[in-house]
Amino acid sequence: MKYIDEFQNPDLARRLLDDIHSTVTRPWALMEVCGGQTHTIIRHGIDQLLPEPVELIHGPGCPVCVTPLEVIDKAMEIASRPEVIFCSFGDMLRVPGTGRDLFQVRAEGGDVRVVYSPLDALRIARENPDREVVFFGIGFETTAPPNAMTVHQARRLRIRNFSLLVSHVRVPPAIEAIMRSPDCRVQAFLAAGHVCSVMGIGEYPALADRYRVPIVVTGFEPLDILEGVRRTVRQLERGEHTVQNAYSRAVRPEGNPSALAMLEDVFEVTDRAWRGIGVIPDSGWRLSPRYRDYDAEYRFSVTGIHTQEPAECRSGEVLQGLLKPNECEAFGTTCTPRSPLGATMVSSEGACAAYYLYRRLDTTTAPLEGSPVA
Amino acid sequence: MPDITELRAPDLTAWTCPAPLRDHPRVVMGHGGGGALSAELVQHIFAPAFGGEVLAQLGDSAAVSLGGARLAFSTDSFVVRPLFFPGGSIGDLAVNGTVNDLAMSGARAAYLSCGFILEEGAEVAVVGRVAEAMGAAARAAGVEVATGDTKVVEAGHGDGIYINTSGIGLIPAGVDLRPQRVVPGDVVIVSGDIGVHGVAIMSVREGLEFGVEIESDCAALGGLVEAMLAVTPDLHVLRDPTRGGLAAALNEIAAASGTGVVIQERSVPVPPTVANACAILGLDPLYVANEGKLVAFVPREHADAVLDAMRAHPLGAAATVIGEAVEAHPGMVVARTGLGGTRVVDLPIGEQLPRIC
Amino acid sequence: MCLAVPGKVMDIELRDGTRMATVDFGGVVKEVCLEYLPDLQVGEYAIVHVGFALQRLDEQSARQTLDLFATLGMLQEEFADPWELAAEAGGAPWPDGSGAPQEVQK
Repeated sequence: MKYIDEFQNPDLARRLLDDIHSTVTRPWALMEVCGGQTHTIIRHGIDQLLPEPVELIHGPGCPVCVTPLEVIDKAMEIASRPEVIFCSFGDMLRVPGTGRDLFQVRAEGGDVRVVYSPLDALRIARENPDREVVFFGIGFETTAPPNAMTVHQARRLRIRNFSLLVSHVRVPPAIEAIMRSPDCRVQAFLAAGHVCSVMGIGEYPALADRYRVPIVVTGFEPLDILEGVRRTVRQLERGEHTVQNAYSRAVRPEGNPSALAMLEDVFEVTDRAWRGIGVIPDSGWRLSPRYRDYDAEYRFSVTGIHTQEPAECRSGEVLQGLLKPNECEAFGTTCTPRSPLGATMVSSEGACAAYYLYRRLDTTTAPLEGSPVA
Repeated sequence: MPDITELRAPDLTAWTCPAPLRDHPRVVMGHGGGGALSAELVQHIFAPAFGGEVLAQLGDSAAVSLGGARLAFSTDSFVVRPLFFPGGSIGDLAVNGTVNDLAMSGARAAYLSCGFILEEGAEVAVVGRVAEAMGAAARAAGVEVATGDTKVVEAGHGDGIYINTSGIGLIPAGVDLRPQRVVPGDVVIVSGDIGVHGVAIMSVREGLEFGVEIESDCAALGGLVEAMLAVTPDLHVLRDPTRGGLAAALNEIAAASGTGVVIQERSVPVPPTVANACAILGLDPLYVANEGKLVAFVPREHADAVLDAMRAHPLGAAATVIGEAVEAHPGMVVARTGLGGTRVVDLPIGEQLPRIC
Repeated sequence: MCLAVPGKVMDIELRDGTRMATVDFGGVVKEVCLEYLPDLQVGEYAIVHVGFALQRLDEQSARQTLDLFATLGMLQEEFADPWELAAEAGGAPWPDGSGAPQEVQK
């Protein structure tokens, strides 16, 4: 695909790696914020190609994984009702709530459907006027504009049997929270490119300045990741901490003004719990009062559901690079990719899930440094 | 953005998590996905209940001896939605699926049975079209549908048409295809482009629809397997990588053989449209279903000749070597990425779902 | 968050008062909402996420970025090769090739 294949070119990757290898002189800990970037890193084995001093700490950037238990419980309660068609992005279905997940709700008779786009859910609402159609509106700033447009369309077209269960999260407050943690080891961020396609980069200079961290807006193909690493390492070696845009083909400094205006109209900023992390102030969006009629939490009276998350998982420390996943007592015993405890094990590219896979590899053979061809 | 000086640092050391979901009290879709959940259902429920040495082989088809003959025996059920898709229908799948399961034992399918479960209200004309497709597929594969059964369930209790087929065929002398025969050094060959069937089906599935000029690769592989066995009966194992895709097939073989498998990702033939559809939906082509492809583990000394024979057959024209069995990391599949890194190709847990992140 | 891919606008129409496009992703075609890029034209590329075009793709930027990558390390080529070090850290080159059929060799 154009604009993807070129950015996977192995020869150019080699040039970028050469440059990184020749630049780095000491250990640096970088965090890639977005789960999509983590996916690329693991899928292409990029972490193994970087110089040893460069450590990539996988960030909290999977909105599916950080959706709090309480919201999943609300989703399952709504999806269980006979009049409801509950529509969701596919990866949300396997995230466990209390005692079960949305797959199980479907197995118990709930009408749970996977859609590609929130507009598909709106279409389903029009086709089923006698049913209540609820869309699970999760995601970062990238997914918020599509969800906002959908609820805006529902109101404009007077589609009354449609509502949104909203649990949107915002990236900059999460970066701030990580940096404020006293033991934080993160020295630079690869910011999430597609979040910035929408939001622009205006929120980052203050963060870079306050915490003296380089922040490089980074894309999602292998060359993009390597360029993000190259630019952060360069800054770190020089003692600089500026915001740079390494994904200029898809990110303008001002973001997307139409999308920003729609977000302003449909959502309002709220405190939001991140699964495992706890509440981060101002880190979420909910529907603004103007759209209350389309808020599934009110329509289905689930605002009273409050779920306490039992303490066993230590993914907060993993996330900060303070704890290796296998140093957690639950790792590989009560917590596996099959039955995950926390965000970092839920997602296949979460730090714990990735570690789980590679630990199995390490315990069955010589470490990866050795040749797999015995 | 709020004034960041106002933010309190959250307690990151107190990450908390829910109780684990260790057991599914009810069947979920993933139990039919061909991944870890399916395997557990067989391992923990069916195999202990049925017992028996033949079942313990757990291959695509069972090899049994009867009256001095060695037979391959297999069954498969078909619940695909929609019933008709680009390049085929549930009828084509029902015939070719079982024919291919037999072919993976080295057998040419001789007879099939066919059980229909029809939903009240299903259009008879549609049943007719499916039956015609089955007949045509059976003739093309050189197999006879010898017996059948029809049941009807109440409206709302089925999805139009479900089909079960079972089949038997003779295993030629000297042929013994089992994952346990795989040894380090075996060469891994696929017969052509992967992911084609799965993408063709997804392109017409409700909620995901997309336009793509791609047709299911659904085909009967008996002829291709015969051509391969004509080179040498000493192939080690064959699999048709259906549900769970190439990743599931390779993992099953690695687990059952106790060897490791290494594949060179750049050698795996993925057509651009499959790669692009997967890019949009966030899927990995290695996990996408195939219906007219096979993966073979071949002794190194026969690899070139087997490959030549495959390429001379229309269903193997794009056959290529993708990797090898190794002593390292027994039971695991590892891919060398295009950039020179390494990743683990794990057994899928359940259904493959489009993802957004 | 993340899964957004570049696609080319093939045609544009108004549907229920909404600007919708047919977008081609290398042979895979999907309907995409253009409301957030009101001046996007047929033939242009955009980044698409869950059925919405979110940002115009800037061809010139893409080319400049690739050109920059191509010029990196020009001066270092006569020195030690860090790529080899990376390959060592990541595992031996694929595969050793002894007795391997042609196709397995690099």
